[in-house]
Amino acid sequence: MNFGFDEDQELLRLSVRKFLDEQCPLEKVRELAQTPSGYSAELWERLAELGWLGLILPEQYGGSGQGWVDLTVLLEEVGRSLFPGPLVSTLLAGAAINEGGSDEQRSRWLPGLANGSRIGTLAFFDADSPFGPDGIAAFGQRVGDGYVISGEWASVSDVSEANLFIVAFRAANEGVTLAVVEADTPDLTATTLAGIDATKRFGTLRLEGVRVAAGSILGAAGDGSELATALLDRGAAACTAEIIGAAEALTQITVQYAKDRVQFGHPIGHYQGVKHPLAEAYVDCECMKSLAYYAAWSIDESPGEVAGSVSKAKGFASEAFTRIGVTGIQLHGAVGYTEEYDCQLYLKRSKWARPAFGDEDYHYERVATLGGV
Amino acid sequence: MDFNFSKQDEKFRTEVRAFIDQNNPAGRPEDRSPKDIQAWNQKLAEKRWIGFSWPREDGGGGGSVIEQFILKEEMSKAHTPALGSDFMGLAWVGPALIRHGTAAQKDRFLPDLLNGRSVWCTGYSEPDIGSDLAGLQTKAVLDEGSGGSHYVVNGQKIWTTAAHVAKWIFMLVRTTSESESRYGGITCLLIPMDSPGIEVQPIKSLVGYHSFNQVFFNDVRVPVENRLGAEGEGWKVVMGALANERSGISESTGMERQLEDLKELARNSKKNGRPALEDPAVRRELGRYESMISAMRLNGLRNLTKQLQGSPPSTETSVNKFLRGQLEIPMADFSMSLLGTAAQETGPWQTNSLTFHGVVIGGGSPNIQRNIIAERILGLPKD
Repeated sequence: MNFGFDEDQELLRLSVRKFLDEQCPLEKVRELAQTPSGYSAELWERLAELGWLGLILPEQYGGSGQGWVDLTVLLEEVGRSLFPGPLVSTLLAGAAINEGGSDEQRSRWLPGLANGSRIGTLAFFDADSPFGPDGIAAFGQRVGDGYVISGEWASVSDVSEANLFIVAFRAANEGVTLAVVEADTPDLTATTLAGIDATKRFGTLRLEGVRVAAGSILGAAGDGSELATALLDRGAAACTAEIIGAAEALTQITVQYAKDRVQFGHPIGHYQGVKHPLAEAYVDCECMKSLAYYAAWSIDESPGEVAGSVSKAKGFASEAFTRIGVTGIQLHGAVGYTEEYDCQLYLKRSKWARPAFGDEDYHYERVATLGGV
Repeated sequence: MDFNFSKQDEKFRTEVRAFIDQNNPAGRPEDRSPKDIQAWNQKLAEKRWIGFSWPREDGGGGGSVIEQFILKEEMSKAHTPALGSDFMGLAWVGPALIRHGTAAQKDRFLPDLLNGRSVWCTGYSEPDIGSDLAGLQTKAVLDEGSGGSHYVVNGQKIWTTAAHVAKWIFMLVRTTSESESRYGGITCLLIPMDSPGIEVQPIKSLVGYHSFNQVFFNDVRVPVENRLGAEGEGWKVVMGALANERSGISESTGMERQLEDLKELARNSKKNGRPALEDPAVRRELGRYESMISAMRLNGLRNLTKQLQGSPPSTETSVNKFLRGQLEIPMADFSMSLLGTAAQETGPWQTNSLTFHGVVIGGGSPNIQRNIIAERILGLPKD
């Protein structure tokens, strides 16, 4: 029994934090938010060099063979700094190919994802479908041993930057299929939508009669439901890790403000009306950490517990970060409502993160079902 | 990170389960007789599982932190009676004696404490002093006439659970009023409840149950050898004990059991004429409670890891104490909403919706936990 990080993981945390503090402070984040792509290609290359893009990929494909607990450490720090870029999307695309693909497919795509030359992302749902593996749309048509797919996938992260899509679809009377579609495919249109959080880019992917060859299908055709569920759980776990870092950063910024800002002769943090919501934010952060670390550990070590532990973590984090986002602005008062103060950046992130990979309604319902009700 | 228990710990868990199978009194917890409980305690004492984590030289079991966690978890899952009958003595007085007592005090008090012959109550709160414990006014003055061999105690304690059955009180008094800090000048005394000058008056709880009391001290003479720790160090003695109380109260397994009962109630309830479990809001609420209870358990395991690495229980335990309130309050409310108009009748859920307040306030109300977290962990300025 040891609910702690090991020395290597603590070291990873320190080096990620140092790198991001130096290379991508919030001024840089704000600057990048004004650019069309929303991220820095130069920093992306540095992440690849540091081995973070391939953190969870096997060494033989250019990765460093670490687990989800290690990845959680990385993503907490990435969330803390609001670091923008297609990192989570690329990691999940790598997980899809690594966990669902053949050796041949791994050799073809994973090295590019690990060295930063490829940017990957998941395209799973259309705009009207509910979140979850049952919501994957019937956009496919069987043709020989492959498919022809047409449709519009919504909420695709980093859609305009990605050049490798993990697309989920169904054919009539079939289960889910996952396949790799590359961005140079003709009749592929990626459209980025205006988003509430400029550090998170997403949009729609439109495919018109795109041919998916058998060699691009991950696992068995029509039998991808389990892989899809696994990826959605990994997405929710990754998203929760980023939430923790951001929520903790916002809590720290607000605690500091409460110590510095003097009103009625005292720092405002002296008053219980300010002190108490900050204590609640701290408790929320602690609970998020406990739940998310356990979820990450179960992805690595205890597959039977992944669904429940991930849903508890993301359900709770969706609610808690929403609360902390509001607390951060409210305790800053008028300056919290300005463009200048940083707390607004985290508030916007909280709005983006709540529905990402399932909101609390979805996840708490799942927890209830798994809990026998 | 590794949530698996070692082979040795798993072996201990098997031993605990076998013990429980053999000795757990039959029937529902509320149906157990005092004789059943006595027999259970006798068996526990033979295994040295009362005072489980205390050093063996002090009469305890010398069990590890992790074994203690396993023992408590298995007991709670199996709905066994408590570990020993003297809850307060075992949870707070014993650990304080082990840490601060003289050899003579340990010899005098620990054996009776372990075998249940002494029952302890604790005197912290006073009528004007609730959560702000450091302001206490009950005075102990060294009696110069007796050559300084006795303190004379005057004052009043309140919310003293079990004072009407206790043989001893573990209490805080003020020995000097002039002190540089508010926490100086406070001393811990161990006083027999049959001392002349002690009067106990019952206080009924809002459901009419008598568990706590007012205790009056009128020129009560206490030998100096009954002082625990040095004069003026009572705050230190008790703060360690309160941290024990906070971690002790916040057992997530108890909440897990409550949630199982609540699910059962939901299965048998209707909302708007339909089974309650078809209502997404009901299901979401149950999912939320389950997630928060898991968070409590895992917070406890993170604290346990810190303890295993050598740091004693700290203010971190306030997190779970606070969470307990965040669960008890809405869960009680939710049970009443499931009952519909039956909530107006009497019954176990209705009683629970009144009595949970005691658990939530005891050992420090949620607002006090918020203050502790904000001031001691986040470093916000004190009031």
